[in-house]
Amino acid sequence: MTAGPTEPAQHPPAGLDGLEPHWSRLVTTPQLDGVGRTWHLLDNQVPDPTVTLLCVHGNPTWSYLWRDLIAQAPSGVRVIAIDHLDMGFSERTGTTRRLEQRIDDLCALTDELELTGPVVTVAHDWGGPISLGWAQRHRDHLAGIVLMNTAVHQPSGSPAPTLIRMVRTPGMLEKICTTTPMFVRGTMALTRPRAARSIRDAYEAPYRTADRREAIGAFVEDIPLDESHPSQLVLDRIAADLDQLTDVPALLLWGPSDPVFSDLYLWDLAARLPNADIHRFIGAGHLTPEDADVASAVFAWLDRPERQIPQIPAEQERDPLWSAIHRRAGDDTAAIVEMGKDGKEESISFDGLHADVNRVAAGLADLGIARGSRVALLIQPGIDLAICLYASWQIGAVVVLVDAGLGVRGMGRALASASPEYLIGNMQALTVARTMRWPGIRIASASLDPTRRRLLGVRATLDDVRKRGDGRPVPRPPSSADVAAVVFTSGATGPAKGVVYRHHQIQAQRDAIVDLYGIQAEDSLVAAFGPFALFGPAMGISSAVPDMKVTSPGTLTAPALADAAAAIEATLVFASPAALRNVVATAGEMSSDQAETLTRPRILMSAGAPVPAAVLRAVGGLMPHAELHSPYGMTEVLPVADISLAESEVVPDGNGVCVGHPVAGVHVAISPLDTDGKPTGQLTEESGVVGEVCIQAAHIRDGYDKLWKTEHDASQPAGWHRSGDVGHIDEAGRLWIEGRIGHIVTTPAGPVTPVGIEHALAELPDVAQAAVVGVGPGGTQQVVVVAVETAPRRRADLADEDLADRVRAKAGDVDVAAVLLVPSLPVDKRHNSKINRTRVARWAERVLAGGRMGRI
Amino acid sequence: MKVLVTGSTSLVGRAVVARLSDRGDAVTVLQRQPSRLDVAEHLGDVADRAAVDAAVDGMEAVIHVAGRASATGGWALFDATNVQGTRNVVEAARAAGVTRFVHVSSPSVAHDGRSLVGASAGPADPDHARGYYSRSKAQAELIALAANSSDMPIVAIRPHLIWGPGDTQLVGRIVDRARSDRLAIVGSGAALIDTTYIDNAADALVAALDAAPQLGGRALVVTNGQPRPVREILSRIVMAAGLEPPRFKVPYRVARTGGLAVEQIWDRRGRDDDPPMTSFLAEQLGTAHWFDQRQTRRSLQWQPEVSIDEGFRRLQLWFETEAAREA
Repeated sequence: MTAGPTEPAQHPPAGLDGLEPHWSRLVTTPQLDGVGRTWHLLDNQVPDPTVTLLCVHGNPTWSYLWRDLIAQAPSGVRVIAIDHLDMGFSERTGTTRRLEQRIDDLCALTDELELTGPVVTVAHDWGGPISLGWAQRHRDHLAGIVLMNTAVHQPSGSPAPTLIRMVRTPGMLEKICTTTPMFVRGTMALTRPRAARSIRDAYEAPYRTADRREAIGAFVEDIPLDESHPSQLVLDRIAADLDQLTDVPALLLWGPSDPVFSDLYLWDLAARLPNADIHRFIGAGHLTPEDADVASAVFAWLDRPERQIPQIPAEQERDPLWSAIHRRAGDDTAAIVEMGKDGKEESISFDGLHADVNRVAAGLADLGIARGSRVALLIQPGIDLAICLYASWQIGAVVVLVDAGLGVRGMGRALASASPEYLIGNMQALTVARTMRWPGIRIASASLDPTRRRLLGVRATLDDVRKRGDGRPVPRPPSSADVAAVVFTSGATGPAKGVVYRHHQIQAQRDAIVDLYGIQAEDSLVAAFGPFALFGPAMGISSAVPDMKVTSPGTLTAPALADAAAAIEATLVFASPAALRNVVATAGEMSSDQAETLTRPRILMSAGAPVPAAVLRAVGGLMPHAELHSPYGMTEVLPVADISLAESEVVPDGNGVCVGHPVAGVHVAISPLDTDGKPTGQLTEESGVVGEVCIQAAHIRDGYDKLWKTEHDASQPAGWHRSGDVGHIDEAGRLWIEGRIGHIVTTPAGPVTPVGIEHALAELPDVAQAAVVGVGPGGTQQVVVVAVETAPRRRADLADEDLADRVRAKAGDVDVAAVLLVPSLPVDKRHNSKINRTRVARWAERVLAGGRMGRI
Repeated sequence: MKVLVTGSTSLVGRAVVARLSDRGDAVTVLQRQPSRLDVAEHLGDVADRAAVDAAVDGMEAVIHVAGRASATGGWALFDATNVQGTRNVVEAARAAGVTRFVHVSSPSVAHDGRSLVGASAGPADPDHARGYYSRSKAQAELIALAANSSDMPIVAIRPHLIWGPGDTQLVGRIVDRARSDRLAIVGSGAALIDTTYIDNAADALVAALDAAPQLGGRALVVTNGQPRPVREILSRIVMAAGLEPPRFKVPYRVARTGGLAVEQIWDRRGRDDDPPMTSFLAEQLGTAHWFDQRQTRRSLQWQPEVSIDEGFRRLQLWFETEAAREA
C-alpha cells in the first residue's frame, strides 16, 4: 500500500441537482484497515423495508448516479447507494484498494449497517464485479441482481482492452485520470443526449482536485487484462461462480451505444445468467442511469408478477408449421412459383420442397445450427426463403426476420439487438453485412465464385448445406413451446422492436388466417404482402410471388400480378395498399388474357395500412369475383379484426376507421382513458367507450426481444397485448380505430382522437389529407388541423376564413383553434400513409407560438 | 346585494351593471362621465379619495372595473388612475365595511413578453410587466390582493382581450385602422391568442363576486378558452364590420423595432393619439398568449355562454344595425 493523500469523509455540498441533503449519511466501519474507515452513502433509511436496493457505482462516478432510484423509490423499498472508499465523498484513505479489498470493504459496510432481509444488488460499470462479489458472499440475503453496462470477463473481439491499455501506458494514466479531470469529464461526455451542465457539475463535485482523484487512476489500473494481474484471479472466480447465481432473479439493463462495455459484454453476461431479464435502451450509452429511465424499469421489475412458464392447453395443440409440407410429399403440384423478369419463372413442387427442406435442415444442423440458435434470413420472398425458413423451424432454430423497409441503418440496429449466430443472405445482403459488420456466420443463398466467397466471408452456400444434409437424418423437431422467430418491422416512429413468437403462436396465426378466409387445400395464393408470403407452405397451398421490388410494394404492376395469378390459377391475392394503388394505376397495361386471369380470385386481402375505399373499389373492378378484405392487426398480433369492402360501405358513420368485427378466437377490450388521455387498465367491452385497444389471442406475440420493460408495459393487464391504438367498440361489436395513444389531444373538454376528424376533413373537396394534432400543455391542449390541399401550396400558411369555417363545421363539437395549410405532411416510409403526427404537432406548436412557418 | 361598480362607462362596466341589475342587485356606479344607466350614480375620478368614499358608502360589495387602458400617455396618468385609484377604492371599501371585492386586472400583469402557451395565472410582477399599463395594473393587483381579509375577501379577475358589440378599445381600434388601411399582420399572424367575448367576461365577474368568500386572495385569468391565430381574429373583426381582411404583413422584428421608434416619436412630441405601432403591440401580435382555463372554470363555477363564432356573428349583426341606423 502506497501512502497517498488522505482526507476524511464529508457530506456533498448543498445544491447538487436532484440530490436531497437528507439522503446523505456518513457511516464508519471501525474494523477496516485496523484504523476504521468512514463512508459517504445515500440512504432513504426506510424502516423494516420489504426489499433493500444496494447500489454500487463504477469509475469515475459516485452515489449521485442512483439519485433517481432514491427519489422514485416506492414505499417499503429502501435504497442505499454507497460511495466506494477513496471515491465520491467517502474517506480518502491514502491506500490503494484492489477488487478483493473493495468487496471486503462493501461487506464490512453492510455488516455495519446490519443489512439483512431481501437485498437486490444494483451496479454499474466496475461496480458490477464488486456487487457480484458481495452477492456471492450473501446468498442468504440476496433477492436479485441488477447490472448495467458492466463486465466480469473480457469477451474476445472487444476493443476495450486496447482502450484500457492505451490509458494505462506509463505517464498517461496519471495525466488522464488523476492530475487532470479528463477521465471524469470524458465519462460525462459519453452521456446521450448530453447531460445538463448542473448534472455534469454534480458528477465532478467530489473529484475537484488531483488528490481527490487518486482512486480513479487506481480503479483503471485494477482492471485485469492478463493472467499476471493481481485482480485477475478474483475476477475469474466471480465470473466462474456466477453459475451458482443462475436461479437468482437478474435484470440486465444496457445502453448499447457504449464504446467500452459494448453488446459483447451483455451477451457474455446473458450467457452466464441465462434466466436474466434483459432490456436494451436503444440509443442509450455508457452512463445508463443518466441516458435512460432505469428507475422505472428497476421498480417495475421488482414488482413484476411471477414469470409464467408458457403452457399450451391440450385443446390448442396444432399442427407443426412444416406438417403440410410433409403431408404433400410426393405431390408434384407447384408449391411455390417465383416470377422473374421477362416472364421467366422458377418453381418448386411440394415433393421438391419437402425433400429440399429436409436436406437443408439436416445440413444446417450439421453446420452447427442447433435448437435455439438464431438465424437471420435476409433473402427476398420466394423459394430459397421458404426452404431456409421451414428448414430452420424444423430443427428448432430461431429465425430473425428483418423488414428491408427499415433501411440499412435500421436493419443494422435490429441485427445488433437480435445478435443472430448465423446469417443466411443473398449477394446483396451479404455485401451490406460485410460492409456494416453485421453479426452472424455467413451462409449464401446463391452459389458464389471463390473470390466473392472469400471477400464476403461466406462459410457455406445453400448448395453446400444441401450436400452436407444429403442422406443425413433431420434432428428431432422443436416443441410448440420453443421460440420460432424474432420479427422486426418498421414502425411509424422509433427504432424497430424485435417481436418474439413461439411455434404455437405462429401456428395459431396460420390457423386464424385459414379460418378467417375459409382457405381450403384447393386454394392458391398470390403473396405480394411480406409476412403472408411465407404462409403458403404452412397452409399447404400453392403460392406465387409476383415480380416486384420487395422493399417498395408500390412496384407491383397489374400485368405482374396477373402473371403470378395465372401461374397458379390463384384464388387468393394478398397485397399491401401501396401495391394495390399501383395495380390500379397500371391496369391499362394488361393484355385481355391477363385481365381475364384477375377475374378468378375469390378473395383479395389488403393489409398493412388503411386502404382508401376508392382504391378498393377500383381494384374491385379488376377482380369482380373477389371479396375485398382488410384485416386489422400489427406485428405483435395479426389478424385482430377484419372487414369486407361490402361491410365497410354500409357501416354507419362513426368516429375513426371501422376495422370490423374481431376475428374468431380474438378477444378485444378497451382500456378507457382518464382525463389526461392515459389508459386506466380497467378493461371494458361496453360500446362507445373510447380507450386503448387491448387484445387477447392464441396468435399474440410472446414478447419483445431484450426489451423487458417494453414487454412489461405492453402486457398490462397480464395476458393482454396493449396495441397502442385508441378506439372503441360500436353497438354491433365492430372495432373502430381513432389513432395512436401518443396522438391523443388532451383538451380541457376531454381527450380527442384524431382519425375520425381527419377522415371527415378528407371529404372536403379541396382537402387532400389532414392531420389533427394538439398544441400546449397536456390536459389543456388546443386542437389544430394541419392540412394539405388537393392543389398543394408551396409554402405553409394559415387557412383563409372560409376554409377554416368549413373545417370547423366538419370537426363538429371539437373546437379547432387553428387551421394550417402545408405543402405536404410527413408520412412513414413503409406504408407511405401513416402521418407522423408527433412531428406535425411539434411544428404546429412552434408556429402557433409565433415562430416561423418554415418546413415541418 | 348593494354593489358599487366603478368604471361603468367601459364596455365591461356597462355589461356588469346590466347583469347585476337584471338579477335584482342594487347597483351604484362611479365614473367620471354620466353613464346614462338607470342606476344610482356618483360622478368622480377614482383617483379622488373623497369621491370614492362617497360612492362606496353603504355598499356591501365592489366590482372595481375603472382603469386607464390606453397605449399612450406618461406614467403619472397610469399611476394616478390604476395604482392610486385602486388603493383608494380598496381602502374606502374596507373603511365602509364592504364584505366582498372583485378587482378587474389583466393577464399582462404577469407577462414578461415571452409566448404564453396554455399558461396558468402567475403572480403579478411589476418589475417585468411590459409597458406603463401592465406595470401599473400589476402594482394595482398587488395592492388589491394584499388587502384581502376574511372580512373583505378580494378576488382579482384577469380577463384577456375583451371584445364585443360597442367595443371602442379593441374592436374600435382595429376597425379604424382597417378603414384607413393601416392594419398589418405581424409575422405569420399564426400566434394563438385568447380573447374574451364581453358577455362571458361580465358573467365571470359576477361569478367571481358570488364565489369571492371561497376565493379571497386569488388571481384568475378569464378567457373564452378558444384561442385563435391573431390573423384570424383581426380578419373576423374586420369582416364583421364589412371590410376586407388585412393583407399587409410586417416581419416581427421590423414591427418591434418600428414600434420602439414610433413610441419615442410620440413620447417626444407628447402626442396622446393612438400610434400606428408600439413595441408592446408588436409583441402582443407576434407571440402566443393563451391560458389554461381549467382552474378558473372550476373555481368560478362558470362557463363561457357565448362561443367565439357566435360572438363574431353578434358583432357583425351589431355593425349592420349601426350602419342601418346611420343610413
